[in-house]
Order: sequence, then C-alpha cells, then structure tokens
Amino acid sequence: MATSSLPTPEAPATAPPASLVGAQHGDRVFRLLLTTAALAIPLLMGFLVYELYTGSALAIDRYGLGFVTGSTWDPVAEEFGAAPLIFGTLLSAVLALLIAVPLSLGVAIFLTEFAPRWLRQPVAFVIELLAAIPSVVYGLWGIFVLVPLLKKVVFPFLRDTLGFLPFFQGPIYGPSMLAASVILAIMVMPFIMSVAREVLLAVPNSQREAALALGATRWEAVTSAIVPYARSGIIGAVILGLGRALGETMAVTMLIGNRHEIAASLFAPGYTMAAVIANEFSGAGTDIHFAALTYVALVLFVITVLVNAAARLLIWRVSRGAPAGGTGL
Amino acid sequence: MSAGLLSRSLTLAAALATALAPAAMGQRLTGAGATFPNPIYTKWFDAYKQKTGIQINYQSIGSGGGIRQFTEGTVDFGATDGPMNDQQIEAVRGNVVHIPTVIGAVVLTYNLPTLGQTQLRLDGATIVDMFLGRITKWNDRRIAALNPGVKLPDIDLIIVHRSDGSGTTYVFTDYLTKTSREWKDKAGYATSVNWPVGLGGKGNEGVTQQVKQVEGAIGYVELIYAEANKLPFALLKNSAGNFVAPSLAGATAAASGAKLKAGTDFRVSITNAAGADVYPITSFTWLLVPADGKDPVKAAQIRDFLTWMISDEAQAMAQQLSYAPLPADVRKLVADRIRALKAAGKPIPG
Repeated sequence: MATSSLPTPEAPATAPPASLVGAQHGDRVFRLLLTTAALAIPLLMGFLVYELYTGSALAIDRYGLGFVTGSTWDPVAEEFGAAPLIFGTLLSAVLALLIAVPLSLGVAIFLTEFAPRWLRQPVAFVIELLAAIPSVVYGLWGIFVLVPLLKKVVFPFLRDTLGFLPFFQGPIYGPSMLAASVILAIMVMPFIMSVAREVLLAVPNSQREAALALGATRWEAVTSAIVPYARSGIIGAVILGLGRALGETMAVTMLIGNRHEIAASLFAPGYTMAAVIANEFSGAGTDIHFAALTYVALVLFVITVLVNAAARLLIWRVSRGAPAGGTGL
Repeated sequence: MSAGLLSRSLTLAAALATALAPAAMGQRLTGAGATFPNPIYTKWFDAYKQKTGIQINYQSIGSGGGIRQFTEGTVDFGATDGPMNDQQIEAVRGNVVHIPTVIGAVVLTYNLPTLGQTQLRLDGATIVDMFLGRITKWNDRRIAALNPGVKLPDIDLIIVHRSDGSGTTYVFTDYLTKTSREWKDKAGYATSVNWPVGLGGKGNEGVTQQVKQVEGAIGYVELIYAEANKLPFALLKNSAGNFVAPSLAGATAAASGAKLKAGTDFRVSITNAAGADVYPITSFTWLLVPADGKDPVKAAQIRDFLTWMISDEAQAMAQQLSYAPLPADVRKLVADRIRALKAAGKPIPG
C-alpha cells in the first residue's frame, strides 16, 4: 500500500488520479479477501453442525432427547445415554476453574502489582511456557507423578478432614474426577493467568495513583480500583480457561478413570464427552455406536456454544455497568 | 564437509527416488485397521517391499475404523481383531474374505506384592465373578480354592479394563461370554462393552499403570505387552483342566485345537479351545480382502503378499516379535482360500 502512494518517475505526485485508482482497486481486492476470510468462519461452523447432525441422525432418531438424560452406555445392547458424560464434563471443568481461578488471578495480581520488577518477566515467561506443553505430556505426568501423590497424600488427607461431606467419601483408587480436575486446573492456569495479567497491565496508572493518593493501602487499591476496572477482561480470561477445560481430552481420559457413572464422591472415577469420543471412535464397529459418538460430539458442541453465549452475556452485563474509568471508587 | 553433505543429500535424493518410483508405477497398496498387530504388519510390509518393491501403506486406526474404511472402499484391504458381523458383511454384499495372519493372547495381570514369585491360578468362572463385581476381596474362598497353600491378602479387588475400543477387549469379553451365560446377558462381547465394575485405562499402558499403582488391582493386557514389561500374569485353567501360562505355543495350540474345517470363512473364535496345552484367551487377527477384487493388478498383488505372509519366513518374523504363528493346518486352509480369490469375476492370473 505504501509503495503505491509514493510518487514514481513515470507517475509524479502531481498526477494522483492514476495511483488513486490503483489504490481503490487494491482496496477492493483486499476487502474481498477479508470478507471471504470472515465468511469462511461461520461457513465452517455451519459445515460442522451439518456434519455432526447428519452423522448422528441415526442416534437422534433412535434415542431423541432421552439421550441426554439416559445413563447407560452399552455398545453391545446398543443402548446409549450421555448423562454421566455431560455431568463429568461440566463438573470437571467447574472444579478445575474453582482451583485455577483464584490461583491464576493471585499470580496475575502479584506479578502486576506486588512483585519486584526483576521477577515479573521471568515468572510470567515460565507460566506462559506451561501453555505450550502438549496435553498428552500433562497426562503422562499426571499418571506418573500427580496421581500417586494425590492417592498417597492429598486424598487420604481430604478424607480424614472433610470426610463428613459426601464428596470426599468412598474408596480411593487414584484415577478419579478430582485427579482429572486438578490436571485440568494446572492446564488452564497459564491461559487465565497470562490474559488476566495483560488486562491488569492495561489498567491506567492514574487509577492506581488515585487510589493510593486517597490513602488506600496497596491491597485496597487492588480490590477497589484495579480489579473492578479490569473485571470484564478478567471474566473473559476465565471464559477462555473454561472453554479449554470443557474440550480437553487426552490428559483427562488418562486420569479420570473412564467410568460411565454419576457419583457424588470426587474420589470416584467419571467420564467426559471428549474422552469417550477419543476412546471409542476408532473402535466403533456398529453404525449406531458411531452415530451415538457423533451425537455426543453434537451435544458437546451445543453445550460449548451455550456456555460461551452465557459468558458473552455476563461480560456484556458487567461491562455495561462499568464504562472505562470504572465504578470502583 | 560440504562434499560430505552433498553426497549425503544425493544419497537421500536417490533413496527418495527409489521410494517414490514404485508409487509412480502404481505399485502401492493401502490398508487400515487393527492396532494390535501393527508392529508385525509394519515389519512384514517393510520386508516385503525390500523383497519385491511393492509398497504397502498401513494405518493402524483401530479395528472399527478398518472395517469402516474397507466397507467404504477407501483402502485395498482392512485389518481387524474382531471379525465382521453378518450385518457388516451384508454391507459389502458378502465381498470379503477374512484371512487370519497371526494369533494373539490376552493375559490377566495383577498387583499383589505379598504373593512374591507365586503365580496366581484362575479359572473362567472365577474371572467372570471378579469382573461382574461379585468377588470383591482377594481372600474370597473362590480364589482361595484355586490357589491352595497361597496366602491371599484381605484387600479389595479392583478391576481395571480398557476404556478405548480394542481387539484386546473383544477377545477377553469373548472368553467371558463363552464361559458364562450371565456375562453374555449382562455385558456380552465387543471392542467396548458396558463394564459392570472397574476403572477404565486407555491402551495397554493405561491399564498397566493403573494396575501397578493400585494394590489389589487386576486387569487384562496383550501377552506381548505383558512380556515386554515383565508384568506378573495368572495361570489359567483351560478346557482340559490344566493350569497353563500364557505363551506363544499355547496360543498356536489354541488355533490347532479349534479344528477348522475345509471351506471355513475363518470367522471363528478360538477362545477356550480344546487341547491339553491350550491357553484359553487367544484369538486370530485378520486381514480383510475382497473375495472378488475390482482391479486385477491389485488383487494379484494382495494375493502374492498373502501367500508370502503365510510362508515360513514371514511367520518366523511374527514369532520374533512375540506374535504366535499360525499352525500348519491353518496355514494350509489359508493357502487354499487365497488361491480361490478372484478379480473382476475371474480367477486372478499369474
């Protein structure tokens, strides 16, 4: 673009029409390219839904919406219900966020507000590196390191101290809903942390200075001026983490125990939608088994869309009440 | 240095050219399916290419995927650990032949450190009771009755099974189904079933890790995997009443014991076969080839490969990789069947 507006010997600057026409032509091509690219995404989504729908038509016809509430998964008797899978997917993602959000927000706030300057970049860099580790590596680490640790130390401790709650009762195997949630928490933390950190860095210094000038402590400045200012961005970071937690497959299937069951105890094995697809897709011999797995994928897709829509709504409502400048003070 | 680099890249180019040449001439077969025999298939195809120049690409995407791709005609042959059922055969209008290639065995591995070197002895009925969740303690009298003189610990018995669809599960549940009417009604046999109890591990390695980490756990894995990882395994009581350790000889004996008849389609289960030395949880793994191929050239290539595959040379390779070779009587039946393959409605020339 820059070169076309530069005067050249053949077309001096005093004769702009020719170069302007060229620029308009270039603009039109550029615009067309961008429109195509932008339209390609919804189109791709459309194809995805269409393919998932036609692929699962057999299962939709046979099981209907009862598929979502049924709890038997029997490929031999051709009886399929996805309730334990939906439950497992949502529970593991929510638990993961319960662990990851306070931790990653704490780290983000520490790195932007409290940490000595020399520490900020290295720590942020290392945490962002965590995001680059393949999930199968997390899974292996989970099997060899995390699960033995949880099984020998953490789970017995939870059972002894919080055993009066139904969530921490029953036999301890190791692979469990809680183990999967912990690995998920570790995996989504770098995403939430690095986005939250960027958002906090973007809070104008005047916001901090104003709070401090009014006699607020550092802590009060963070809770009353900085975090409220950044809250829509922080919610966005959490949603990003949630999306990843809902769709994560490999590490979860290696740690969750893969059992089609809705259990109150977090020590009990569970299953997720993504995990069952990864496990059974290649071995699905019958058409109905194949269709049922595709149906699971369709349900997962719908749930992801719903969760994201809810998140958008949340951000919209939060940011509507807080225009730039914030209502914190 | 640069001369070395040059010569090396020339060698590479030459190697690439040789690798690509047969493809350019259309001498390439593609297949997809079972993961369990993948190591021996890879070795066979590699050896066969060096011998004849015919390149065979194989993707180990799982038995279900193998049957699917074969049905859709996207591959020249499929591979599966569980035979196609009648409905699936109907889908290809009967145009498929199951060719057994090698025999696999499934072993029960367990985590009972107090047993030391003593090997656990089990029989079919007891294994069914375990996997139905009816035996929950290791010192249960049914296990004790099979292991006189062994001090069994008073700990929980925890079942570990495969969570991914697999031929190993197919063979194991086929054995349980033959053993018990109740198992047949409650779970049945397939590459994945509705397990009454237990934890699911992904792959042989997933099952092994869970068994290793939980004292009192018992699970099933392929013989090759158990041997390579030196896992403890149980002796099983066969139909002759002998307790046998899993072995290649025991698996090959099972195929002989199955007493296949002439003209068989090879879709036979050889679990719990008759014979004094037979190890009871064994199965063929199959290649799926069209009985009447569209392309005579490809059909001839497949026929030639299959003929080589049942030769002493190829079957010895299988043994080196801990796959049980086919017994002589089965190989003869396979040879007869291969000769009867057709292409475009006519016998394959050559």
